[in-house]
Amino acid sequence: MEVYLDHAATTPIHPEVLVAMQPYFTEQFGNASSLHKWGREARKAVDLAREQIADKLNIMCREVIFTSGGTEANNWAIKGVAFTREASGLKGHIITQKTEHDCVLNACKWLESRGFAVTYLDVDEFGMVNPEDLKSAIRPETFLVTIMHANNEIGTVQPLKEIGQVIKTANPAILFHTDACQSFTKEPLNLKDLNLDLITINSHKIYGPKGVGALVVKQGTKLVPLLHGGGHEFGHRSGTINVHGIMGFGKAVSLASPEKNRHMQTLRDHLIKRVLAEIPGALLNGHPTQRLVNNTNFSFPGVEGEALLLRLDAHGIAASTGSACSSNTLEASHTMMAIGRKPELAHASIRMSLGWENTLEQMDYVVEVLKDEVKQLRSMSATWRRE
Amino acid sequence: MYNQKVMDYFLKPINMGDMPDADGVGEVGNVVCGDVMHLFIRVGKNPAGKEVIADVKFKTLGCVAAIATSSIATELAKGKTLEQAMAMTNQDVVRELGGLPPVKVHCSVLAVDALKMAIYDYLKKQGRPIPEKLEKEAQRIRKDTENAEAHTHPHVE
Ligand SMILES: Cc1ncc(COP(=O)(O)O)c(C=O)c1O
Ligand code: FES
Repeated sequence: MEVYLDHAATTPIHPEVLVAMQPYFTEQFGNASSLHKWGREARKAVDLAREQIADKLNIMCREVIFTSGGTEANNWAIKGVAFTREASGLKGHIITQKTEHDCVLNACKWLESRGFAVTYLDVDEFGMVNPEDLKSAIRPETFLVTIMHANNEIGTVQPLKEIGQVIKTANPAILFHTDACQSFTKEPLNLKDLNLDLITINSHKIYGPKGVGALVVKQGTKLVPLLHGGGHEFGHRSGTINVHGIMGFGKAVSLASPEKNRHMQTLRDHLIKRVLAEIPGALLNGHPTQRLVNNTNFSFPGVEGEALLLRLDAHGIAASTGSACSSNTLEASHTMMAIGRKPELAHASIRMSLGWENTLEQMDYVVEVLKDEVKQLRSMSATWRRE
Repeated sequence: MYNQKVMDYFLKPINMGDMPDADGVGEVGNVVCGDVMHLFIRVGKNPAGKEVIADVKFKTLGCVAAIATSSIATELAKGKTLEQAMAMTNQDVVRELGGLPPVKVHCSVLAVDALKMAIYDYLKKQGRPIPEKLEKEAQRIRKDTENAEAHTHPHVE
C-alpha cells in the first residue's frame, strides 16, 4: 500500500485543478496585460481566481496580490513594511515568535543585520504564544507583529484573535501579519475579526500548483514593493502574471470544503488515538486540541527520526522528521527545541500530515507498520530499555 | 541520498543485537548529533593461534548511516585479528558501503570507535598492556562520548 502523509510539505494537484489550468498553457496563453482577445481571456481568468480567493477570506478582490508563493509573500510582508520605516529614516522593532517558518525567521534576522530590532517570543510546551508575553514585548517603536496562524511542523494554531486585540489595543498603528500557508482553507480566517493587516497564503499546500501564492494586503496598508517593474498587481508586484498557476490556485481554493476538513480531522483523531494507545512511550508533539485538522507529530523515545522515516518509506509511507540527523546542519528542528523537547525527543520526531485522499484503512495500515518498525528500531537501539 | 547498499544494510542490519557474555564491550556516543552505539565482541583464536574477533554484535540509536555503518563495520571486523581490527578506519567502512553523503561521514566514526573501545575493554579485563596508540585513541573517544552525553540524555525510561 502507498500512503502519502506529507501534505504539509506539498500536495498533489487535484485533477479538477489541472483541468482548470490546462487551457492557459496552450490556447489561452495570453498576457493578462494585453488588450487583445488573448489578453482579455487571461485577465478574466486571473480576475476569477482573485474573486474565488477574496470570497474565501471575505475581503475585496483588490486586497489579494499574487506572488510566487509563501516565501515571497512572507518576505514581502516583513521587508515591505520595514522598508516603509527606512524610507522615513526610522528603524524600529518587529515582534515574531520562535516556531515561525524559516522564511519568516530569516527575513527577520536579515532585517536585524540592517539595524532593526526583533523580538522572538517564546512558546509554551504545546507551541502556543502567550498574548500576555506579546503585550509586554510591545515597545513604542514596534511597527510590525508577525505570528503564524498554524505551525507547519506541530500544527499548533495560534490564538490570533487575542493577539490581534492585544496589538491594536496597545497601538492601532502596529501592523499585524500572519503566515497562513498551513491553515488557509483549513481554519477560519477573517481579516477583520482577527485585526489582521497582512496574510500570507499559498497554493501547493491545498492541491494547487507550486510557485503560486498571495499576500493579502488590507486596503490602505503601506507596503514598499520588492519587485519593481511594469506595475502589475495594482502596482504592488511587477512581473508578467502567472495565469495558469493563479487559475489553479483559485480552483483549488474553491474545492476546499468543511466536509474535506472534517474528513481529515476524523483521520487525524483516529491516528493519534491509536498511536498513543498502542505504541509504548509515544508522545504527541503540539497542542492536543488547538491543532491543524491534518497534522500529527509524534516522538518515539529510543528511535531516531530519520531511521524511522526511511523504514516507513520502505513500506510505501511518506512522512517527515524534525530530526537533526536528517538536516544538512545536523541541528534539531527549531520548533522542537522551542517547545522544550530534549534533543533525543527532538531527534525522535515524525510528522504525518493528512490529505483529502487519505482513508481510514490507510491510517490502520500506518499504525500497524509504525508499531512494528518502532519495535524493531528499539530492539536495535542502544538506549531503549523497556521497564 | 543514500545508495542501495547503505539502504540494504539499514533495512536488514547484520550482527544486530545483544551479547550478554561478551569478552569486550565498547560504548560510544556521537558528539555531532548525540547518537549512541554499543558494540560487543567475543575473542577466539585462529588456526595460527592468533587472537581474532570470533563474534561481534551491536546496538545503535542513530540515523540510517549510523545503523548501516555499525552493521557493515561488525561484518568487516569479524574474523580479523585484534591488530587488524584496531587498524580499521572509518574510511574503510565508508568505502565498503560505496560512499556516504558528506554530512553523514561522521556517523561512520561511531562504529570504528566502538570497535576500538571493545578491544580496549577486552585487553583491560584480561589485565594486558594497552598499546600506546589504542590508549591515545581511547582517551579521545571517551572525551567525545562525554561531550555527547552532555548534549543529550541517552537513557530513556
Ligand atoms: C508555514 C509556511 N510558511 C511558508 C512556506 C513557504 O511557502 P512556499 O513553499 O510557497 O514558498 C511554507 C511551506 O513551505 C510553510 O509551511
Ligand atoms: S547518527 Fe545522527 S547524523 Fe548519523
